[in-house]
Amino acid sequence: MNELNHLTIAAALQGLATKTFTAYDLTMACLMQMEKHRELNAFVTETQDLALQTAMNSDIRRAQGQAMGALDGIPLGIKDLFCTEGVLTTAGSHILDGFHPTYESTVSANLWKAGAVMLGKLNMDEFAMGSSNGTSYYGPVTNPWRRKGDNTRLVPGGSSGGSATAVAARMALAATGTDTGGSIRQPAAFTGIVGLKPTYGRCSRWGIVAFASSLDQAGPMCRTVEDTAIMLGVMAGYDPKDSTSVDLPVPDYRKAIEGGVKGLKVGVPKEYRLDGLSPEIAKLWEQGVAWLKEQGAEIKEITLPHTKYALPVYYIIAPAEASSNLARYDGVRFGLRVPGESLDDMYEQTRAAGFGKEVRRRVMIGTYVLSAGYYDAYYLRAQRIRALILKDFTDAFKDVDVVLTPSTPSAAFGLEEKFDDPVAMYLNDVFTVTVNLAGLPGISVPAGLDSRGLPLGLQLIGRAFDEETVLRAGRAIERAANFTAKPEGF
Amino acid sequence: MSLDQKQVKHIATLARIRVEDAELPGLVNELNGIMTWIEQLNEVDVTGVEPMAGVQSRALPRRADVINDGGDPEKVLKNAPDATHGFFVVPKVVE
Repeated sequence: MNELNHLTIAAALQGLATKTFTAYDLTMACLMQMEKHRELNAFVTETQDLALQTAMNSDIRRAQGQAMGALDGIPLGIKDLFCTEGVLTTAGSHILDGFHPTYESTVSANLWKAGAVMLGKLNMDEFAMGSSNGTSYYGPVTNPWRRKGDNTRLVPGGSSGGSATAVAARMALAATGTDTGGSIRQPAAFTGIVGLKPTYGRCSRWGIVAFASSLDQAGPMCRTVEDTAIMLGVMAGYDPKDSTSVDLPVPDYRKAIEGGVKGLKVGVPKEYRLDGLSPEIAKLWEQGVAWLKEQGAEIKEITLPHTKYALPVYYIIAPAEASSNLARYDGVRFGLRVPGESLDDMYEQTRAAGFGKEVRRRVMIGTYVLSAGYYDAYYLRAQRIRALILKDFTDAFKDVDVVLTPSTPSAAFGLEEKFDDPVAMYLNDVFTVTVNLAGLPGISVPAGLDSRGLPLGLQLIGRAFDEETVLRAGRAIERAANFTAKPEGF
Repeated sequence: MSLDQKQVKHIATLARIRVEDAELPGLVNELNGIMTWIEQLNEVDVTGVEPMAGVQSRALPRRADVINDGGDPEKVLKNAPDATHGFFVVPKVVE
């Protein structure tokens, strides 16, 4: 029973159903891989005992012939932004020191109800603010991939960097992520896995530590499009505890993926052909177009004229919402407290000690753009341009069914690069952030390797609540790309 | 328009984050770098465009006006850095 941790969810479910191996064996294989590769720093907390106990319970249910859930016995990693009852939840921040939630997030509760096994809590950029996992209080995560003939340690992307590394390094069969500006899709692209950001409202945000509430969405990170469809089906659904979650039936996503793309209208936005776009990324994008065409799709050039404003709009709206959401970290109700001479002094000292540099930067930007005298000029203007960005997509989707773009402007970069200039780091999300502003579903699918042997992804964007088409087109890219490369040694 | 040290100090106070004077020059540079990059939004014509707070335009759902949670002070206080007799403890705020 070697290397069970290399199985896809679909294959593992089959092996469990035919009693070829047990959930205990499968979980043990993952736990051993986690132990072997601790130097990657993917996990903040490992929950071995809980994992083995849950796996055994799944095996007992199966032996007794009880009803099995859609993910029964499947070991998963959970991003440390999801509150897990009784298990340390840090959001990658010092300010949540020792926080053991007394409740379970809806999305993780849905996974446990379906029989899934929790391996532990995954490292991430602090409060999901970052594109490298470099802002975590718990230290950076290393990407299992290396450039050919070069031992430089690379970032896994972020903010869901621990999730991406855990899945790519075969520690977990899949993981949860969250995506506010690209935090699922960019790390998925950097580590050669599939990552899907669902439509805003598709998954409940209840119990997920809030960053920017009008943009945040949970989603799956997996090794195949089929696994992504299985995970999404369990994570998604209406939740009365999240007033923005939408009361729509959850389709059978797995059934949708093999439909093919014959006759599908695929839009290629000309504004994404940035000046200075790397020739390798441009080539991969053309290859993606050719793959979909060969399978019968109809390709159309489209225009999304406000694309270039999406990142600056995001860097007003997200910090504004964050400054409001992060006001709750006051040293009174949970986490870190640094004593002070007065209440205000305690607040200021606690927040200075508890927030890292990037979080402090964004809270201050947010505070500024919401402050008297600047609110109209910055915040309201950004919200108006956000409406124009949504309108760009609404207009485009009158003519096309799905949009194809690169996932990221580059492959994974070195652990020591891009930290001096915040704006250079922000540009990582240039292709993904529009999707959050418009609230649409987007998937990144591994599509090839660059000349230095690093994975690159292609992104597909769909209409609101049309994850089925996104998955179906993603499957077509996956089928054509036939991406079987693995990081060396994994 | 660019931010100076006095403004950045004021923003830090509004955000309740202690910033030491020695950190100010670096922080002023970083924030100005970001705000300068954001200035490009001024070139967009937004005449007649309504601001968009979120992607859902429908009215928020309502629930029945009944008590459906609460009565669990131990759970609420469980993660407090300091709590006693069923209350959060904070520094004295009234002289």
